Amino acid sequence: MTTPLLVAAWAGGALLLIGAVASVYRITKGPSLLDRVVATDVLLVVLSSALVLDMAVRDHTDTVILVLLAAAVGFLGSVTVARFVEDRRPDHPQEENALVPGTSDVPTREEA
Amino acid sequence: MDGTWTDWLAAALLITGAFFSLVAGVGLVVLPDLLSRMHASAKPQVLGLLLMLTGLALEWGSWPWVPVLVAAWIMQLITAPVASHLISRTGYRTKHARRDLLHRDDLAAQARRVPREPLPATMPDVEGHGPLGDQEER
Repeated sequence: MTTPLLVAAWAGGALLLIGAVASVYRITKGPSLLDRVVATDVLLVVLSSALVLDMAVRDHTDTVILVLLAAAVGFLGSVTVARFVEDRRPDHPQEENALVPGTSDVPTREEA
Repeated sequence: MDGTWTDWLAAALLITGAFFSLVAGVGLVVLPDLLSRMHASAKPQVLGLLLMLTGLALEWGSWPWVPVLVAAWIMQLITAPVASHLISRTGYRTKHARRDLLHRDDLAAQARRVPREPLPATMPDVEGHGPLGDQEER
């Protein structure tokens, strides 16, 4: 193994590990289901990147199909979950959130 | 120092791509709400994966594998915005997004017009939908 690939393996591996640990932290901590979905997407991409790094460092093509499939169908889970997330705080109406002073929320004259 | 210049270039690309995963992880931990976390998470999905795949192609140095890697990146480029769009839309509709952090909210006027409660019986219900048709769907 040549020197640059050794450097890439250790440095890139460390960066990917930190990214994976951070996304696992967000998956466990939440607070909402959608945060977990976003963090799971990140974890999948970190996994794909780790496979790419492994293929580059050890010079093989065994897992390229996994990278391709993760890129192609990885979004289906997120879409499915996002489609069926419900609002469980009905006592917290959207209209109360809607008016934030100093933003474009404040109704204009013709709307009011 | 051994290694050709393509090795060094590939290593630099791989490390830069991995750095975007670190950025996404840090963003997931420190950013305050769903929409800003999505902003951080999109970086390794598109640019990070592009850099890593470019480094891989340089390291392999074989043209027959390049279309496969391009296909993987194009797939990610197509599907990542789909997931992000649906998650952000659901997050807005279900009040997971913190709207006090937004600088501009183009959906606010519409959200204000759409009633949250079922419509009173006196209000005509057009074609089984609300007054705005499918826009009341959340």
